[in-house]
Amino acid sequence: MSESAQNSAVTDERIKEISPLRKAMIRPELGGMVGTVAVFTFFLLFAFDSGMFNAQGMMNWSVVSAQFMIIAVGACLLMIAGEFDLSVGSMIGFSGMMIAIFSVTLAWPVWMAIIVTFAMAVAIGALNGWIVVRTGLPSFIVTLAFLFILRGFTIFLPQVIERKTIIGGVKDVAEGDWLAPIFGGKVLQGLFSWLGDAGVIAVFERGTRQGQPVVDGIPMLIVWAIALVIFGHVLLTKTKFGNWIFASGGDAEAARNSGVPVSRVKILMFMFTAFCATVFAVCQVMEFGSAGADRGLLKEFEAIIAVVIGGALLTGGYGSVLGAALGALIFGVVQQGLFFAGVESSLFRVFLGVILLGAVILNTYIRRIITGER
Amino acid sequence: MNPEHAPIIQMKNIEKHFGSVIALAGVSVDVFPGECHCLLGDNGAGKSTFIKTMSGVHQPTHGEILFEGKPMHFADPRDAIEAGIATVHQHLAMIPLMSVSRNFFMGNEPVKKVGPIQLFDHDYANKITMEEMKKMGINLRGPDQAVGTLSGGERQTVAIARAVHFGAKVLILDEPTSALGVRQTANVLATIDKVRKQGIAVVFITHNVRHALAVGDRFTVLNRGQTLGTAQRGQITPEELQDLMAGGQEMVALEGSLGGTV
Repeated sequence: MSESAQNSAVTDERIKEISPLRKAMIRPELGGMVGTVAVFTFFLLFAFDSGMFNAQGMMNWSVVSAQFMIIAVGACLLMIAGEFDLSVGSMIGFSGMMIAIFSVTLAWPVWMAIIVTFAMAVAIGALNGWIVVRTGLPSFIVTLAFLFILRGFTIFLPQVIERKTIIGGVKDVAEGDWLAPIFGGKVLQGLFSWLGDAGVIAVFERGTRQGQPVVDGIPMLIVWAIALVIFGHVLLTKTKFGNWIFASGGDAEAARNSGVPVSRVKILMFMFTAFCATVFAVCQVMEFGSAGADRGLLKEFEAIIAVVIGGALLTGGYGSVLGAALGALIFGVVQQGLFFAGVESSLFRVFLGVILLGAVILNTYIRRIITGER
Repeated sequence: MNPEHAPIIQMKNIEKHFGSVIALAGVSVDVFPGECHCLLGDNGAGKSTFIKTMSGVHQPTHGEILFEGKPMHFADPRDAIEAGIATVHQHLAMIPLMSVSRNFFMGNEPVKKVGPIQLFDHDYANKITMEEMKKMGINLRGPDQAVGTLSGGERQTVAIARAVHFGAKVLILDEPTSALGVRQTANVLATIDKVRKQGIAVVFITHNVRHALAVGDRFTVLNRGQTLGTAQRGQITPEELQDLMAGGQEMVALEGSLGGTV
């Protein structure tokens, strides 16, 4: 019986063989991969001599891409779970400001400022999610409200406390702190100084840092980006919870009928998005040594664009963290690459709009292939 | 049906009132393991209310539910599911963008431990999905095929196979054939037959007499919240069933004008 069933399974004449090309098409990462290859080819051809691909140049666009990646991972998982968060940019500004206020103005230890800020941000994320789940309102509206609420506080608080919109001096108070280097430090410094000595990467010719390599280590920002991408990818594709994320975004009602705790999944994803935004904020504050009220402006849209370029559907239920990471890479490389290539930087926005439109159209087409809709 | 079997679920004199509306006015039905019990009735007859009471969505206003001989009070559908009463809804619990195997195990994901982390056991899930689908006579291109590419009948079959795999003793099918074509309906009816032969009680809700007669062992007709009796297979003709569903006389006049085609 099982023998014959096996045979019939192999030789059902109604099932058309699908070509490997079509099979590859339905991978959500496809757009991201093609885009990445295209973007690198373009800049290798047109900006190779500009210094974009020497150690310093690569570090430059890697850092920018890593920034996009950190927020894209959160936005990606949330979008697959069927929701948006438009308050990511404001959350970046708010978290950064809170760290500066706690550590500089209130003179708390930096590690405590960081931990309390994370707790606050994640709690606000949970509140976002709770309101969305309880009221059934579109997350677009709820998080738009938080975009303004958080940005408002980010501008209001430093003005009331310090009478200015930028709070500096974080670098000084972070000196010797045990937690701050996790966000602002660098790794593999030994390797890079060896590479510098070996002549693989350039060293400073003169000045106080003479003899040191121009790139003296991998910033923790990049380590965070890679760690979050790996975490997000494993969570989404390899765990039970990942299945719940897909199910919650694919059809919340059907998921509930099957026993998936949809509300919990969505709230947790809002919390994770807020966590990612705060990682971004802390890294930025530690790097600049200051927090500004305008930090993170428009980041929510950039995160969403990276996720969409990465193949996720705006309607939820489908997407890939690796795709989103590639989307972020494309983003970073193009933004910095246009600078290296000497192109007017405002054209970056034109590029952004065009690629966004292209990606959405491609995704809609892919969705039709998957679901067999016409 | 085996008369010597004890009924797995007995609904005794179930009444359900919604405010001033009496949706069910004393309905009694016994369901035996391994039988396909068809519940027929026109729109508004109380079929949906009745199965929702059986599956724990509604609590009966009066009456008693015996499950495996013991009185049962389901507080919500999860209680009923845990007891082994699975419902396959008209609007399916299937997500088109997800693969068959991910859908099959949605909410019941198998896990394997890798160090301290629990991972979704995709190999096991894929293997079981393919096996169960084969048993139901559905040829998948692969376990990663999206549910969206399946036909309506195949989706119903996946939902049924899933319920059976996760230990359903009573399978309630809410109008599974109402939106399907001829071929797909035949497939679903064949699936019902397979499930019944595994000793699972099937409660098949439909308003199509021909679908009911194709697989049913016994037929209960509901009309205006009341049972018009339960008939054995072979004791009743399609015309009689049709008449019962429509409430008798009115249909006679209609049928005259339609030439007995309904």
